[in-house]
Amino acid sequence: MSASEDLRDLYQEIVLDHGKHPRNLRKPAEANRIGHGYNAMCGDKIDVYLTIGSDGRITDAAFQGQGCAISTASASIMTETLKGFTEEEAKSLYQSVHALCTEDDAVLPDSLDDDTADRLMVLAGVRQYPMRVKCATLAWHTMQAAIDGQANEVST
Amino acid sequence: MSLASIDPRARTPRLNRTVERIRQDFPILARTVHGKRLAYLDTAASAQKPEQVIEAMSRFQREEYANIHRGVYALSQAATDRFEAARGRVARFLNASSADEIVFTRNTTEAINVVAQSWARKNLKAGDEIVLTELEHHANIVPWQMIRAETGAVIKPIRIHDDGSLDLDHARSLIGPRTKLVAFAHVSNALGTVLPVRELVRLARAVDATVLIDGSQAVQHMAVDVQALDPDFYVFTGHKLYGPTGIGVLYGKGAVLNAMPPYQGGGDMIERVTFERTTFKPAPHRFEAGTPAITEAIGLAAAIDYVEQIGFDWIGPHEEELLTEATQALLAIDGLKLWGTSAQKASVLSFTLDGAHAHDVATILDQQGVAVRAGHHCAHPLMDRLGVAATSRASIGLYNDRADIDQLVAGITAVKRILKL
Repeated sequence: MSASEDLRDLYQEIVLDHGKHPRNLRKPAEANRIGHGYNAMCGDKIDVYLTIGSDGRITDAAFQGQGCAISTASASIMTETLKGFTEEEAKSLYQSVHALCTEDDAVLPDSLDDDTADRLMVLAGVRQYPMRVKCATLAWHTMQAAIDGQANEVST
Repeated sequence: MSLASIDPRARTPRLNRTVERIRQDFPILARTVHGKRLAYLDTAASAQKPEQVIEAMSRFQREEYANIHRGVYALSQAATDRFEAARGRVARFLNASSADEIVFTRNTTEAINVVAQSWARKNLKAGDEIVLTELEHHANIVPWQMIRAETGAVIKPIRIHDDGSLDLDHARSLIGPRTKLVAFAHVSNALGTVLPVRELVRLARAVDATVLIDGSQAVQHMAVDVQALDPDFYVFTGHKLYGPTGIGVLYGKGAVLNAMPPYQGGGDMIERVTFERTTFKPAPHRFEAGTPAITEAIGLAAAIDYVEQIGFDWIGPHEEELLTEATQALLAIDGLKLWGTSAQKASVLSFTLDGAHAHDVATILDQQGVAVRAGHHCAHPLMDRLGVAATSRASIGLYNDRADIDQLVAGITAVKRILKL
């Protein structure tokens, strides 16, 4: 695979789009789970806001912070994906996404709809770039900390 | 032993000083990365090693290795002589008045920690002031914060101007009767600013403060004369000077070093040990507990030989010319901002690209064979001061050439194309 083909895998159109125009980049007043993430390698910071409804399902997911195209796109895609998930389902998806970013033969759970799966699959582009895996997983790591009620900043 | 009168430059034969010839000394520069020619522009993080250093270390390990300062057999004596000759080589490099003023450490960070844990713990008390600068990397901040926590000393950073130069008016207002230590970089690792070291030393001397200069980013670019600069301490690391990792240098004035308590206890630093009491050797051995990095010290001496054979009269203008060319080429790129534009600058091009994060820039440059640092450059307070999370940093060494700069510029063009900027 040539260098430019490698890079097209990493910086796909959908990553560039979410990186430049992140969805759910806001701080909802009603959020009841908040996580603070920090990537010690590059200094990027992210706050993840989840709103869990009375039925135990995520009704809103949002984030704020600054980061590279990969971490911003990953956070944006994550917040689009999580609505309707229970906390346990969200944590389970974190495990799947982490595997997707690090393991060559990783697959996403069948329970995801095709659109969601396609969107998440673009994160697999970081497999070729071990130094960038933390960029892709920071938001997810922070989301898990928010659910677990960790008040402290978490580092990847 | 006085070494000041020996000028090694008068004795060493001149190499054929062209960058094409010099590049052949660095085996790694012949390799490719991702199928592309390697443009290594991260010397400020660590320099590549010339064959002369690799071979000196390899030959010592293959043919001459033994522990030092203990064996009566020939190999140990020869190894001891080589190790102490390396110390003398460093002394001549810095124009120290004696080899006894050269303490070997693991790196710059450890050298600063020796001064903090030994000199500062003994000499500082609550309310005493440590003056730093906003340009410092973490190695010249955190050791002093640890001392602050122990002693109640106060840390005061000298401000910088927006172009990365030091605000000397602020330095004059900060350095006063309470100042006990002024510690600062000779050259900034993140921005390349060359600090006004003589003026800072003069200000410190006027109030009887002790001075530490961090020369990590200076000794590979310019001749340093510690007797002319007159700090109490001057520190640097081997691996940024084309030498190996694991070896650093703490220069200290003899009287200052010998008034300091040991840093670590163990073998090699003692005169006599009983269970009741131990007496310590004078400097530098007092600060070198245990078996040191023998091979690395020999590698460092070989690196100094190499650098001085090329000579700062060649290195200085060569790097200056490349820095000027690269600065002009980068400034011509739409959306690129250079950080650190002080008139007094060495080696470093720190930049951001509108709409792109430094890590995306560095990943794409890497795919073009261009190695640059991206991030906070171990200087969070400086990044906060500049209001930028991260920059990409290209840094120049004696082996860089115009093709490296061309490749950097072409690489940035590729970044803009791939990220659709």
